[in-house]
Amino acid sequence: MNKIKPFIQMQNVEKFFGQFQALKNINLEVQKGERIVVCGPSGSGKSTLIRCINRLESHNSGHIIIDGTELTDQMENIDAVRSEVGMVFQSFNLFPHMTILKNLMLAQRLVRKTPKEEAKKIAMHYLERVKIPEQADKYPIHLSGGQQQRVAIARALCMKPAVMLFDEPTSALDPEMINEVLEVMTDLAKEGMTMICVTHEMGFARSVADRVIFMDQGEIVEQATPEEFFDSPKSNRLKLFMQQILTH
Amino acid sequence: MNESVSLIFDSVLQMLGGIGMTFQLMFVSGILGLLLAIILLLMRISGKWYLNWPAQAYIYVFRGTPILVQIFIIYYGLPQFEFIRDSIFWPILREGYGCAIVGLILNSGAYVSEILRGGVIGVNPGLGEAGSALGLSARQRFIHITAPIAARLALPAYSNEIISLMKSTALASTITVMDMTGIARTIVAETYAPYEIFISLAIIYMILTFFIQKSFGRIENFLGRYTKQLEI
Repeated sequence: MNKIKPFIQMQNVEKFFGQFQALKNINLEVQKGERIVVCGPSGSGKSTLIRCINRLESHNSGHIIIDGTELTDQMENIDAVRSEVGMVFQSFNLFPHMTILKNLMLAQRLVRKTPKEEAKKIAMHYLERVKIPEQADKYPIHLSGGQQQRVAIARALCMKPAVMLFDEPTSALDPEMINEVLEVMTDLAKEGMTMICVTHEMGFARSVADRVIFMDQGEIVEQATPEEFFDSPKSNRLKLFMQQILTH
Repeated sequence: MNESVSLIFDSVLQMLGGIGMTFQLMFVSGILGLLLAIILLLMRISGKWYLNWPAQAYIYVFRGTPILVQIFIIYYGLPQFEFIRDSIFWPILREGYGCAIVGLILNSGAYVSEILRGGVIGVNPGLGEAGSALGLSARQRFIHITAPIAARLALPAYSNEIISLMKSTALASTITVMDMTGIARTIVAETYAPYEIFISLAIIYMILTFFIQKSFGRIENFLGRYTKQLEI
């Protein structure tokens, strides 16, 4: 294990929003193919953590190194990293003025310079994988929330990312749509995609994750395999959190 | 009674002779005003103070003063300077027509840039983030994501501004331009029948407004097609 260089390295990362410290001394290494679930109460810094990985937020100190490239203010580095890192948002963020197909083709055409026909083929391939190829010519507003989130996943996959970040992908969904999104994510995990998921879906964490991370007040409080994490949490903060999310 | 009907009929025909001038004033200043507005908008949202401040100052000055006063300053004031009379702009600024168009462009640019900025601010920031996450550059995000959505959001306010611009073209008549209002004033001076003439003129402007409204309604429908649920 030691010989393999980690795909993502975060060293002593700190992040402030004004006076508020959102991340405190974060140290995290993610290997290629690893599936990680991050959970914790709201405001604990989990979203900020993954948003720092593709520089939607810039960290104030420490180092973030993705596949050998350090994230600094240099735009070339940021672009290089972003093209390897796919991201799925809580609120889908599909481009409302483009059809589903165009949503999937835009970045391929502009960033990857993929020829139109090729980009369309790739787009349809991933739409089939998320099981909604028949929606290709509709606008996002015509799709259900679950379908929109699957499109968002397909859109990220079209860039052939080496790692996928999920920022509470099911939190904005009606309950009956959560499973269709989790299924797509589980399939991805089975294929060996490196994934970091911020989610409260504990069933997903238990069945899919290699490692579960618990954050509170900007710190990584505990990380363990799912079995250890759920069956024998060590810190009091995690025990309390578990009680709160499992009692209802 | 018969007399005033035929007077109205004759003068409406005469006034419609100026409709081409009214359209010219409106379209030329509308299009160039929009270009100016886009430049001002880009300066405002550039994030660079040395672009943002001049744009803000410009907008403040042109929104803060009456358009009629601006037109007077351009028409009566600028020719006092010799360097203006010697400049390449003199052929434009020598004529009332040129001055009116310059005044309308400068004024409309200031208003429209703020309207466009409202549209840009209304675009969900999450969409820009999604673009960033996909690796799009700031310029690509603006062109392909922000601008088209902002245009749709700004359209109702923009149509309002174009209607207002259309009516402002009447001010050109104060500096010798023979648009519809200019012709109407001449007829009134000859016939002493202000009611008949100006009310007919007002109705012509209202009809024009109606067509502008309808056109923008269509554009809104087209640009907003992605905001509508499918009919089942």
